[in-house]
Amino acid sequence: MTFDPDLLPDGGMLWLDASGPEGNIVLSTRVRLARNLAGRRFTIRAEPADCDTVLAEVERASRASQQLRDAPVIRLQDMDLIERQLLHERRLVSRELAGLEGEGDRGVRPGSALLTDGVVGVMVNEEDHVRLQCLKSGFALDEAYADLERLDAELGKELAFSFHEEFGYLTSCPTNTGTGLRASVLIHLPGLVLTKEIAKVLRGLSQVGLTFRGLYGEGSEVVGNFFQLSNQTTLGKSEEDLLDHLGDMVRKVIEYEEQARHILQRDAPNVIADKVWRAYGLLRYARSLSFEETMNLLSGVRLGVGLNLISDVSVYTLNKLLIFTQPAHLAWRAKKGLDDPDLPMMRASYTRQLLEAEVAR
Amino acid sequence: MQCDRCSERPASVHLTQIVNNSVTTVHLCDQCAAGKGVQTNASVAKFPLSDFLASMGKAGGGGGGGEVTVGDDATLCDFCQGTLKDFRDTGRLGCPNCYAAFGQHLRDLLRRLHGSNQHVGERYEGAQSMPEPRDTKIGTLRNQLQRAVEVENFELAAELRDKIKVIE
Repeated sequence: MTFDPDLLPDGGMLWLDASGPEGNIVLSTRVRLARNLAGRRFTIRAEPADCDTVLAEVERASRASQQLRDAPVIRLQDMDLIERQLLHERRLVSRELAGLEGEGDRGVRPGSALLTDGVVGVMVNEEDHVRLQCLKSGFALDEAYADLERLDAELGKELAFSFHEEFGYLTSCPTNTGTGLRASVLIHLPGLVLTKEIAKVLRGLSQVGLTFRGLYGEGSEVVGNFFQLSNQTTLGKSEEDLLDHLGDMVRKVIEYEEQARHILQRDAPNVIADKVWRAYGLLRYARSLSFEETMNLLSGVRLGVGLNLISDVSVYTLNKLLIFTQPAHLAWRAKKGLDDPDLPMMRASYTRQLLEAEVAR
Repeated sequence: MQCDRCSERPASVHLTQIVNNSVTTVHLCDQCAAGKGVQTNASVAKFPLSDFLASMGKAGGGGGGGEVTVGDDATLCDFCQGTLKDFRDTGRLGCPNCYAAFGQHLRDLLRRLHGSNQHVGERYEGAQSMPEPRDTKIGTLRNQLQRAVEVENFELAAELRDKIKVIE
């Protein structure tokens, strides 16, 4: 093994502690800014030596910044597939940077790297040279952007970013041009799914310029009623307006979710209680669990905690289970392959352990 | 809930239609919905940009694209040697200079994608540079204002006018 994820500051997952606003419904807030270095080809057309130069430049600039001065440089080229997937499951790198796009292991570009202090970080040589990112617990758009804006200013002093008076920050894909800002909120919406209102809500969001994705961002399916809501456009509005608009809409979605939960409890309390406790029972005692089943059961228990039906499980433990029961996390711990037939049993065993410890606490 | 059409797969698309003043709701699975030409949010989210660009090319080529300017596929960026065709195929530009090389084409595309092709967010002050003098900033804003008026983006024009007023 060439990489130990436990060496990452806070494991790169400070957001797991559920300490942020609306931590029960909103798991995390992520904001990212796409930037490229002026006078250089974008990553997709760059020569390997150019990618190495970009990484060296970003490393130099990071050392001069307050936030990333001591951040480790995690080079994805030195890592095997499981380690790279683990970083992706931890939501620290995109599928693209980890070389996980499409079927099988596509390998990674030269100079692909992550620098992170556990909250803010930089992906280097992704589709754009630099993707600054910030991940916060709960619903915290303004806080996340404030951290990122500081890092952007610091790195922007050291690196010459590609900027155009008319089009703003220039990016490889025109869907990111302008502010380069994508903000997304990972939100748990079982109430809206159970009351079948979700399609209406998602349709409404698409009409106001927002989009949704699954747990793992672009191109991923929705599992366990977890949705990532984000802005679709990046040009023609200021950063503040983009964030305010997303924030207003997320607040509305939270309100709808709370209403849906209220209706469920009022009209079908026994059905909901049964659903929640069955989910808990399975997680607590099952001997083999698939990833998808686990996500769905965690959703049920999370709903139970939100409705105060279950009191001896913390949201922190549920967040932890969400991350550590993913395939690469289990495979890495057990030093097995991603297709090992024992993974479902290991998943069930890990889940039982954590829930038992929680009850004993 | 099962799909109304195939009665096999679970319904994921709930289509409300108004026909002859009466409202009907049809519940369909993804496949049957796609068969009926209904595009769901999920499929929009996964819709690759290159397909979008290719369809724009077709629209323009057939003369039905109206305002969409479809440049010559061979238009070349002299910095990265990427062509407009490369961009259409991959959905990715090769370098910052491509924005100048494919300028008009991109203006149309950006307006379609974002509803605007004029940046109004944070301005980059450059590496290690001092803050921009007030006069230059007003000059830049005036240029942006003029461009906004030219393309009849009056909402943006009003916003820029207000910004100029504040600085003045």
